[in-house]
Amino acid sequence: MTGVDGRITGLVGALRAHGVRIGTGETVDAALAARELGFADRELLREGLAATLLHGAAQRAVFDPVFDLYFPRGVGAPVGAADDQGADRENLRDRLAAALAADDRSLLAALAAEAVDGFGGYGGSSGSDGWSAYQALDRIRPQTLLARVRADVRARDGGAGFADRLLDDEIRRRIEEFRRLVGADARRRIAERRGRDEIARRAVAPTADRVDFLYAGRDQLAELRRTVQPLARKLATRLAARRRRAARGTVDLRRTVRSSLSTGGVPMRPVLRRRRPVRPELVLLCDVSGSVSGFSDFTMLLVQALHDQFSKVRVFAFVNRLDEVTGLLGRGQADPDGLGARIRAEATLTGWHGSSDYGVALGEFAERWDAAVGPRTTVFVLGDARTNMSDPNLPAVRELARRARRVYWLNPEPRAQWGTGDSAAPDYAGLVEMHECRTARQLGALVARLLPV
Amino acid sequence: MFSSVDDVSARLAVTGYLASPAVATTAFLAARLGKPLLVEGPAGVGKTELAKAVAEVAGARLVRLQCYEGVDESRALYEWNHAKQLLRISAGRDESWDETRTDIFGEEFLLPRPLLTAIRGDEPTVLLIDEIDKADVEMEGLLLEVLSDFQVTVPELGTITATRRPFVVLTSNAGRELSEALRRRCLFLHIDFPEEELERRIVRLKVPDLDEALAASVVRVVGALRAMDLRKAPSVAETVDWARTLLVLGAGALDETVVRDTLGVLLKHQEDVRKAAAKLDLAAL
Repeated sequence: MTGVDGRITGLVGALRAHGVRIGTGETVDAALAARELGFADRELLREGLAATLLHGAAQRAVFDPVFDLYFPRGVGAPVGAADDQGADRENLRDRLAAALAADDRSLLAALAAEAVDGFGGYGGSSGSDGWSAYQALDRIRPQTLLARVRADVRARDGGAGFADRLLDDEIRRRIEEFRRLVGADARRRIAERRGRDEIARRAVAPTADRVDFLYAGRDQLAELRRTVQPLARKLATRLAARRRRAARGTVDLRRTVRSSLSTGGVPMRPVLRRRRPVRPELVLLCDVSGSVSGFSDFTMLLVQALHDQFSKVRVFAFVNRLDEVTGLLGRGQADPDGLGARIRAEATLTGWHGSSDYGVALGEFAERWDAAVGPRTTVFVLGDARTNMSDPNLPAVRELARRARRVYWLNPEPRAQWGTGDSAAPDYAGLVEMHECRTARQLGALVARLLPV
Repeated sequence: MFSSVDDVSARLAVTGYLASPAVATTAFLAARLGKPLLVEGPAGVGKTELAKAVAEVAGARLVRLQCYEGVDESRALYEWNHAKQLLRISAGRDESWDETRTDIFGEEFLLPRPLLTAIRGDEPTVLLIDEIDKADVEMEGLLLEVLSDFQVTVPELGTITATRRPFVVLTSNAGRELSEALRRRCLFLHIDFPEEELERRIVRLKVPDLDEALAASVVRVVGALRAMDLRKAPSVAETVDWARTLLVLGAGALDETVVRDTLGVLLKHQEDVRKAAAKLDLAAL
């Protein structure tokens, strides 16, 4: 059993390296589960280990690729792999098209392994130096099979009927699945060569809530958006609970004594001091220039989702000019994809150049919208504080901090980079509270802590 | 309780619960390792049904604790029967105080609530703690003792330990983040919308009169809707509802009019209906 135990502890180590918290108890459970389930059925083992080791659905995205490395589908080249490439490519494409048309999962997995083996290798001739999913997919081009698969399915099913109009999307999803399988198999082959632990740490993407805003790719951004929705709901319930507790208030001694007169001075019923329910106001100043757009998009989505919690939310966007975009964020228009683009299209955010200028933007805010900030307002400034060498306009921020209840600055850059190059972060941080906010997880934690109730 | 994962699937299927491999595997492990099972997932995918099906299969009684905001120890664990205690006290007026006091905190005056009931019995038991995310955080603290040692402490009586561990299922819609301590004590299962093939079987099982080809189309359309990123994706329960609706309407096949007229069965927000109609190329509603 030592080999298996080693696998499981290796898997646990790799998961921990990706921020999944797993205790010793869970590791023991996982080993027990493996013993109960045996190793004959890989998918059962996968589910069993996931059930014992994971604590949330989001962790599954990390778990699956790591599991594929530690408990690979196969070792080395797939059985019966051919080496004559020229003719083989068309043959593989034919078989792939058939498998896609039939939606045969296990066949797709086998074909993915074959594709990596036949077309993903690079370097030396026999026994390649490395494996590349990108290269394999580039040669096979599964996305170009769409029309052919569609024709196949239609020919078989007759092609009439309403559900037929869904076919294209379904085939696209199957192709996407195939691409994922190719990626997994390439990682497995690389891991065989270079050591599993290293690949598990480096080649597996982090969970969406830990992706760095500034470096997230398009797919990751889409996934991040999906994590924002539940996050917003979670925060909303937490805020509501906090407010409920706060509303109970303290004992009003004077009125308690007074009402006790009717009971002969015995205070039968304590009178509580009612708090006047004040709903806080929120003002957001977002840098939406290209370099930080991912970050500001998320924060705005989050605020949009939390709309009900505040009596008044006003959102301002800026690059080097500043404009109010509250109207564009109205509820019911929850279209996250278009949000950033819509803001950039409909508001006046740039003057005679396209790079951000905090000094001018903050100055414009202080000048034109000074009425938006009062003693009940909490202000969030979102941006990397990179001023492109222009004047940071510290007096405007000082004035803002004086007028508002609180001002927080969320900066998507790592703290170590504050003050490097054209960053005015330390200057601003001297005036208002500045926090590092690089991932959805950090954002959630910060917003929960900083939002007024 | 179960001999293998296949055994779980087969026996659950008899009760009308078609389990995915993930569900069957986790249920099997929960029974074998004697650990509580925390089930998360969107509404209407069969989280509660799983507990009911397991109880039916195992011939166990089902004890259910429905959580809500403000559920507390006296609702979940036990209560003293004050009325009966008062009666006891007034019935024995000539007793000394000491006799009375020791008497009224005995078994006879205890009102067991779901958690205590599940732990005390000798017969096989399935304990369903439903919608744990609705309960306050304090409730989780209370559950920790129950779920890790299967025991309950009643100050007046001492610690009551389970003679026979119940099969525990906790369900959550992820309305609130559960504590790490609670999660650590459980096996975790995320039930998602089922695969196309499984959902087709579910529809055929629940609505046997529906034409097979139509059932397949129904499942495909629902799958497409779920891929659309709507405010509320249709659940399995809604798929079945839709299938029933189509049966009642006597629709032989899906066409634009039928789908447009019945989309409300699947989607519960006007915004979603509009979005889906646009994506499915339905003429204006």
